[in-house]
Amino acid sequence: MKARVTVMPKSGVLDPQGKAIGRALSSLGFEGVGEVRAGKVIELELAETDPERAKAAAEEMARRLLANPVIESFRVEIAG
Amino acid sequence: MKAGIVVFPGTNRERDMALALSRAGADIAWLWHRDPDLPAGIDLVVLPGGFSYGDYLRCGAIAARAPIMHAIARHAARGGLVLGVCNGFQILCEAGILPGALVRNATLRFLASDCLLRVERTDTPFTALYRARQVIRCPMAHGDGNYVADEETLDRLEGEGLVAFRYVNESGEAVAEAARNGAARNIAGILAPNRRVLGLMPHPENAVDPLTGGEDGLALFLSLVQAELAA
Repeated sequence: MKARVTVMPKSGVLDPQGKAIGRALSSLGFEGVGEVRAGKVIELELAETDPERAKAAAEEMARRLLANPVIESFRVEIAG
Repeated sequence: MKAGIVVFPGTNRERDMALALSRAGADIAWLWHRDPDLPAGIDLVVLPGGFSYGDYLRCGAIAARAPIMHAIARHAARGGLVLGVCNGFQILCEAGILPGALVRNATLRFLASDCLLRVERTDTPFTALYRARQVIRCPMAHGDGNYVADEETLDRLEGEGLVAFRYVNESGEAVAEAARNGAARNIAGILAPNRRVLGLMPHPENAVDPLTGGEDGLALFLSLVQAELAA
């Protein structure tokens, strides 16, 4: 079972990488781009076959290691 | 005073740290990240700078979950001295031993230069030999030194006097431009509530010799040795 953990900087936490990407997009001539925020995606291959349990396990992994709750939020999706 | 210096894969300032501590009169023990316990008789645990685990995931995130960190958390909880510098500060925050986090410098640039720090309080084992509000020169070398915490945590740190060092200008003022990494409220170093754990971004261990940029950092290590002698 595959789990996809998306980790994003929390709203309110400064995201200098997102800001730099935004500035680079505007210097390329892209218009109308508002706030840009950059996070990361972590894919996990899990032995668990029950989607609910797989999701709970991935969430526990996110809480304990993959995301830092001080600065980041996360979302877990199970993909078959 | 017996100081244990922890080495993780990717730690690179451990020898500089050992030199500074030895110069101040401490005995050095080397601690390995996989050890589940500290050797008997360790007074001070030091997490030196570097790039533990290649800064993968987040700076200090993987080191913070190493077996030895449980022993360090217990050492801190029973009032033991802990010093984390640069990556060591990041590790202490990731481990939840100190609040907040260190994120990418606001400029997105790696900053390697001297900086000026103001000593915010001298009634700590780390700063007893400095003068109140003394401004010291220290090298810094980091890509992720931008201290962040929610407003409530920042207010608590200020209210309880747990900000140990702040980035300042030549006049000793904590103006925004002096915190080149973007650190909230110019915070360069913070203490745990019992003032026996210090996390600090710049490198006092690299300011202990007049031949290599001054010795403003030496008093921190001398203070630690003196504090332990007095204990």
